Amino acid sequence: MTESTYRIQGATGEWEVVIGLEVHAQVTSNSKLFSGAATEFGAEPNAQVSLVDAAMPGMLPVPNRECIRQAVRTGMAIDAQINKWSRFDRKNYFYADLPQGYQISQLYHPLVGEGSLTIDADEKAGLPEAKVIGIERIHVEQDAGKLMHDQHPTMSYVDLNRSGVALMEIVSRPDMRSPAEAGAYVAKLRQILRYVGSCDGNMDQGSMRCDVNVSVRKPGDEFGTRTETKNVNSVRFVMATIEHEAARQVDVLESGGKIVQETRLFDPGTGTTRSMRSKEDAHDYRYFPDPDLLPLVLDDAFLEDCRNSLPELPDAKRARYEGDLGLSTYNASVLTADVETARWFERLLGETATAQGKQPADVAKQAANWLISELFGALNKLGKSLEESPVSPASGAELLALVGKGTISGSIAKQVLEKMLETGDGANAIVEREGLKQESDTGAIEAKVEEILAANADKVEQYRGGKQALFGFFVGQTMKAMQGKGNPQVVNEILKTKLG
Amino acid sequence: MSVDTATVAKIASLARIKLGEGEAAAMVPELNGILAWVDQLGEVDVTGVEPMTAVIPNTLRLRDDVIDADPLTGGGIRDKVLANAPAAEHGFFGVPKVIE
Amino acid sequence: MTDLNSSGLTDLGVAAIRSGVASGDFTAVEVAEAFNANVAAAQDALNAFIVATPDRAIEAAQAVDAKRAKGEALGKMAGVPIGMKDLFATVGVQTTAASHILEGFTPQYESTVSAKLWDAGAGMLGKLNLDQFAMGSSNETSYFGNVVSPWRRNDGGNAPLAPGGSSGGSSAAIAARLCPAATGTDTGGSIRQPAAFTGITGIKPTYGRCSRWGVVAFASSLDQAGPMARDVTDCAIMLEAMAGFDPKDSTSLNLPVPEWEKGLNADLSGKGVGIPREYRMDGMDADVAKSWDDGIAWLKDAGATIVDVSLPHTKYALPAYYIIAPAEASSNLARYDGVRYGLRDLPDGSNLQDMYAATRAAGFGAEVRRRILIGTYVLSAGFYDAYYTQAQKVRTLIARDFAQAFEQCDVILAPTAPSAAFALGENTEDPLKMYLNDVFAVPASLAGLPAMSVPAGLNREGLPLGLQIIGKAFDEQGVLNAGLAIEQRANFTARPGKWW
Ligand SMILES: [Mg+2]
Ligand SMILES: [Zn+2]
Repeated sequence: MTESTYRIQGATGEWEVVIGLEVHAQVTSNSKLFSGAATEFGAEPNAQVSLVDAAMPGMLPVPNRECIRQAVRTGMAIDAQINKWSRFDRKNYFYADLPQGYQISQLYHPLVGEGSLTIDADEKAGLPEAKVIGIERIHVEQDAGKLMHDQHPTMSYVDLNRSGVALMEIVSRPDMRSPAEAGAYVAKLRQILRYVGSCDGNMDQGSMRCDVNVSVRKPGDEFGTRTETKNVNSVRFVMATIEHEAARQVDVLESGGKIVQETRLFDPGTGTTRSMRSKEDAHDYRYFPDPDLLPLVLDDAFLEDCRNSLPELPDAKRARYEGDLGLSTYNASVLTADVETARWFERLLGETATAQGKQPADVAKQAANWLISELFGALNKLGKSLEESPVSPASGAELLALVGKGTISGSIAKQVLEKMLETGDGANAIVEREGLKQESDTGAIEAKVEEILAANADKVEQYRGGKQALFGFFVGQTMKAMQGKGNPQVVNEILKTKLG
Repeated sequence: MSVDTATVAKIASLARIKLGEGEAAAMVPELNGILAWVDQLGEVDVTGVEPMTAVIPNTLRLRDDVIDADPLTGGGIRDKVLANAPAAEHGFFGVPKVIE
Repeated sequence: MTDLNSSGLTDLGVAAIRSGVASGDFTAVEVAEAFNANVAAAQDALNAFIVATPDRAIEAAQAVDAKRAKGEALGKMAGVPIGMKDLFATVGVQTTAASHILEGFTPQYESTVSAKLWDAGAGMLGKLNLDQFAMGSSNETSYFGNVVSPWRRNDGGNAPLAPGGSSGGSSAAIAARLCPAATGTDTGGSIRQPAAFTGITGIKPTYGRCSRWGVVAFASSLDQAGPMARDVTDCAIMLEAMAGFDPKDSTSLNLPVPEWEKGLNADLSGKGVGIPREYRMDGMDADVAKSWDDGIAWLKDAGATIVDVSLPHTKYALPAYYIIAPAEASSNLARYDGVRYGLRDLPDGSNLQDMYAATRAAGFGAEVRRRILIGTYVLSAGFYDAYYTQAQKVRTLIARDFAQAFEQCDVILAPTAPSAAFALGENTEDPLKMYLNDVFAVPASLAGLPAMSVPAGLNREGLPLGLQIIGKAFDEQGVLNAGLAIEQRANFTARPGKWW
């Protein structure tokens, strides 16, 4: 493992930044962790709140199996140890978004233990090599409600819709050494969660939030005192938080100050962090096992079921795309970056192979290239995502089959795709209607070639005199005369013969 | 172990119970009496003994992930949730303004 | 219709009322009216109720009478009006836990136990007074004033006596014929000790038999509801109506409810009764010691074999309890914060955290504040292991003591309390002295075992003494049967002279 070379240049020399991340990921479930209220985003205030979530006197928690299952599957996806015996603890503190006066969480015996994930090399992003980041644990806990401060001059408003929604807290080791590594870690984690289906990864809706722990030290020194910047909700902001916070800490230390272990807040407007006054008072969470809940004991059948339901994960998929399908490293990583893209590609691949009566491996490059360089580009122009694509994998395959069978050329295919996106019609129908079929009839092509050669006698002479580069000119002229429908191979052959 | 006035004040602040003038000091002997008495637990040899987790052997049941399966523990009952609120406005609970 | 005057009706217990209503000797409405009248007449003197609900009692009675008229099947508690400890949430009826902080709180939900009782045909006479948040052994910590026991010493003085606690409203009301039965809750003796003080019967079932859903929590791992009535049979009937699996309570036992009433059998041939030697403490009250010896003789007479057993960690039960119960309480009571329900104290210019502190200072009584502070302290950083973990280990040893004793016997016989009722005010100066009242009751609570108190006789002051039977987990039947054997031989017919 090569050490990251990311360094902060201070007045007293170089500093290294040490980063650990606690990612809160909302578990995908219909109902809350301990109550039957819905979890859906965007409901009216307090519309999705049960008596349990509002902590009415005498209310009790009953855990949701799906939340436990998703956390276990997530643990398995990062090769973590799954603890068959775990327990819920109470974290006690007072805040208006915390109705019980405690959060049910797991401190002493988390559901998921030690695991790891690998962030990939990415030269452009400043990651020369792949790196394994340790994950200390994943525990399951309740989300808090939401406070609104802008609705009333003297009051804050409390909405408990989020209160009690299940979160996985995924705690990394302090293994990251640059903003780029942290960014890549969050992106990779998000990718895995979306593959597993345990979290939708919608960072803008708060489904994934990062607590960013940052400290700085002179390379080789002990860890410094860290600060924790709470609830940072995008990869970009995570990186900005680290950049700002590390620079701030270096400034403080170099001017003779000390870093205070504290909770901070990132302000996206200014790109800076500031101390969080409201959570400043001495933390003493008085964790103890929640006496309303019994130990959570998982049996082998449950674990087996979790394992069997795991999909192919991104690293494995990418390796398969490269190995079995023969895709380039770049294409394989683009296609596996998001679970939805991979899903779309695999449907396209299947349909394409069927349509052309070939093995998937034989059409994989064609499908991958078309998806990445044609469809993505076209959708991008339309401002649409792949999920919103008017062209389905099946109709994409129909188009690719026309190319594969030589019915249309690659350049005609581009026009057909544009028409498909415009009209929603199928490729066959468009080609038929617009008469875009490729001309492979040698007689017709010969006639056109003769016309072109006759009209450009001077150039023919130059060519024969040694200016071989003119060959492309004749191809272009012929194709143009045939409105692009000439079979390029046949055109080439005939031109070669005629030009001698 | 025993507490002093400052400790009592700190505990009361953690527990969010306001103590008036002199109240913390008055509680010191009271709490120390109780603490001195519970300290006898230290005599017990607990080597190899696990702390109790479930008083009656029983393991945690998990419920199905169904919205509002039981109306008593489901959502969609905003009026009931807000019915006893000291300050409820526009469907929210109101609290003194918090500066984060 | 009936030749029983109303005082005759209020002398009847659960079984007698149920059968009288079923056979048409009198109507449920007549019974409800008779008890309503007693409740109203005694309120000023005894203060047993926080709110009376005569209309609810009448409505339930009318429903039973109507059912009977139509020939429909009647429930286990049909026509029996009862008192409901004000720790159980009752829809539309103020539920306070005898605290100022919940004054005026009107639940929008019904506790599982109370709902089961109404389903079984019982009616509600009112919400019974108790020690605030069930913390106390004399009913002197209620925000709504002390409950006064109907009993008086035979010394000619009129010193008002404690009805025991925390279910002091329940015990006083039953002893004074304000209701034939009532719900109680027992965290560390709160059913058994008040039953003993007032010459009635009460059983705390195995932890998990009765749902805690909708019961204001004191200490979750200890709280257990149970019936209080005038005899063993009535307790058996009412416990059947209260108990049962509740999926809303994660600690609820998923077991069928036995037919305890049918199973009653005072023949103890072949049964072993354990006498724990550690309960015979130095300086034991002579009358208490004598009643214990009486109990031993009665059970022998019923066919049981008496065996000497040892519960070596008995002396540590109370200190362990006074760590565990306050620790859980400090967290359970964090929800009373003035945000969602109950009292809000918002002094001028106060912020959220000031509001919490002011509300909780004003809303909680002295004993509740004391226990919250103790509980907060023992859970706080640096003390958790020394106090809480140590106490939970000792608790394991206490449970183990019982398990070992039960290898030699079927039930354990001991006094319920170390003394008869004391005068109000007698023990309020010294919290420790008050706590010692539960020295015999607390071990069974810590071990989650079923335990009951039955009247054994009067002491030399003319006050009732109770005997306690502790059973194996799930063996309420064994406890009830031994209780019945004592009841048949103790022949306890004494009742307080009516002075109110
Ligand atoms: Mg954190
Ligand atoms: Zn967390």
